[in-house]
Amino acid sequence: MARELALRDALREAMIEEMRRDETVFLMGEEVAEYNGAYKVSKGMLDEFGPRRVIDTPIAELGFAGIGVGAAMNGLRPIVEFMTWNFAILAFDQIVNNAAKTLSQSAGQFKCPIVFRGPSGSAGQLAQQHSQTFESWMANVPGLKVISCVDPADSKGLLKSAIRDDDPICIMESEMLYGHKGEVPEGEYLVPIGKAAVRREGTDVTLVSFNKMVLTALEAADEMAKEGVSAEVIDLRTIRPLDHHTIVESVKKTNRLVVVDESWPFAGVSAEIAYEVQKYAFDYLDAPVTRVNSADTSLPYAPTLVDEYLPNAEKIIKAVKEVSYA
Amino acid sequence: MDTAVEKKKRGRKKANQYSKETYLEWYELMLRIRRFEERALMMYGQQKVRGFCHVYIGQEALAAGIESAIRKEDAIVTAYRQHGIALGRGVTSNEAMAELFGKETGIVKGKGGSMHFFSAENRYFGGNGIVGAQIPIGTGIAFAEQYRGTDNLCVTMFGDGAARQGALYESFNMAMSWKLPVLYIVENNGYAMGTSVKRTSNVTELYKIGSAFDMPSEVVDGMTPESVHEAITKAAEHIRAGKGPYFLEIRTYRYKGHSVSDPAKYRTKEEVKEYMDRDPVKQTEAKILKEGIATEEEIKEIKAKIKKEIDEAVKFAEESDYPDASELYTDNYVQKDYPFIRD
Repeated sequence: MARELALRDALREAMIEEMRRDETVFLMGEEVAEYNGAYKVSKGMLDEFGPRRVIDTPIAELGFAGIGVGAAMNGLRPIVEFMTWNFAILAFDQIVNNAAKTLSQSAGQFKCPIVFRGPSGSAGQLAQQHSQTFESWMANVPGLKVISCVDPADSKGLLKSAIRDDDPICIMESEMLYGHKGEVPEGEYLVPIGKAAVRREGTDVTLVSFNKMVLTALEAADEMAKEGVSAEVIDLRTIRPLDHHTIVESVKKTNRLVVVDESWPFAGVSAEIAYEVQKYAFDYLDAPVTRVNSADTSLPYAPTLVDEYLPNAEKIIKAVKEVSYA
Repeated sequence: MDTAVEKKKRGRKKANQYSKETYLEWYELMLRIRRFEERALMMYGQQKVRGFCHVYIGQEALAAGIESAIRKEDAIVTAYRQHGIALGRGVTSNEAMAELFGKETGIVKGKGGSMHFFSAENRYFGGNGIVGAQIPIGTGIAFAEQYRGTDNLCVTMFGDGAARQGALYESFNMAMSWKLPVLYIVENNGYAMGTSVKRTSNVTELYKIGSAFDMPSEVVDGMTPESVHEAITKAAEHIRAGKGPYFLEIRTYRYKGHSVSDPAKYRTKEEVKEYMDRDPVKQTEAKILKEGIATEEEIKEIKAKIKKEIDEAVKFAEESDYPDASELYTDNYVQKDYPFIRD
């Protein structure tokens, strides 16, 4: 049996189920308790678990991220919510220098089972400082795992896996899509970290994407289907470790690849995928790999500039035509 | 000597309240640290020890006074000038020296070096290399103790340089707000690398930082184990009673430069001498003999024992192997089959 749930409700179910299951799991962040979450992801959790386990913090990202790291080193399983990953930049020292390196520095004596989660990516006309993506930043760091997914059912299963995982994990959600609905199974299930999902099967071109750009890629695929082009759409779900097997197998079938990635183009996820595919599917490619990223600029406020900046179906179709020499 | 510490010393009870056992433990630990650090510097000179190396010479009374005043189950986290604290926690000279040599028998298998010793067994949460980053971590370690309902505390140590990091203010704020069992200790040795405390802020008496958070704060003489022990005992009692954090500014001095590459030209010979005259190891030895706490024979025995221990540690480190190249891929993830990119 499945029911329709919004992304925020699926994420909340994951946290509630894991907190009921394991006393060492707690949630900490700005506005998570009394305000019920800036985006209502944690709505009602304070009522069930009380202020010991659902903890409002002051606006001090570096401080509370570090408290989470210390608590994780000392046997707890914190979920640290950032109101947005843009604010988590203040906490990068703790995520990169400590959470990611605790196991290595201590030669395995101390682990750091912590989940850092929050929305990433553009969310309308929020301008330069509130619109960035962070998958490639965090995925660059050995020691971390990075999840980026907006499908409600998969997000729930991935978050549950992340909370149980003994390694530090960064989860990228989406302000725009907390209300995005999907079928979510009843009952207990997990989704494995590090496995992509094929959202739509196709034969002519592979579109690889993640987070909310998966929906844009699917929109482009629907559009192209009307013209008889069959696009396969892969949702990475996890960025690190990257499931290149699923990508390579798809490219072996379609012989063409367009990566749709909301990050900036330079040294990002799209570049990594292009490398993997030229290395492991070189003989299967009928055209150079191409990509549709956000523009290599900061994101300004005006609506015309937002449209120009972001990937969209039209840009994706243009890229598909390019790799199809159409 | 500064007036804040002077005032404090005058107020202290004269009567000797510590046992012979405590004195000999303090002396032995301080001597172990002193000789270990001297040998580490020598080994650095011979290029057996590489990387950054910050020694604890001059600050030994802190390690001694802290360990005698807290429990083994309490946690400690500190910065990168950390060999002495780790030895105080129970890391052995062999494990420590082998780590400096980068050998697989080191306390972290040759993966951390001078700045990063860790010992879960001894509740030692490490040497942290980023100035001040251990302040929120120690706060979080204390958070976990409170969460589990223990009466353990976390001693969170940092230098005077770290007292200017934002992480401190964020941590102090949350620790007071949530009444966490954390004992903050700033080891004020007067210099953040080459910059004196006076040049880093308008507020040069660091203990006063606590008052912005209504955190009980005191200044302590860090040149004797007695003064450190006494202050920590009082603070620990406050913390274990559930009254929240405590902040001690312990004034100490490092005889050597910031790291082995620092000739320390930013301070005068007179200033160094002033502190060396109050050397914690010599002072304690003199006191033990003068007050008849132990005999010269007993002191000689401790000296011989430590000399042998450090000689053996160097031999142990020399004879141990470097980690196998395959160790590069261990301890990055708890997940055993993590698919590293290897091309």
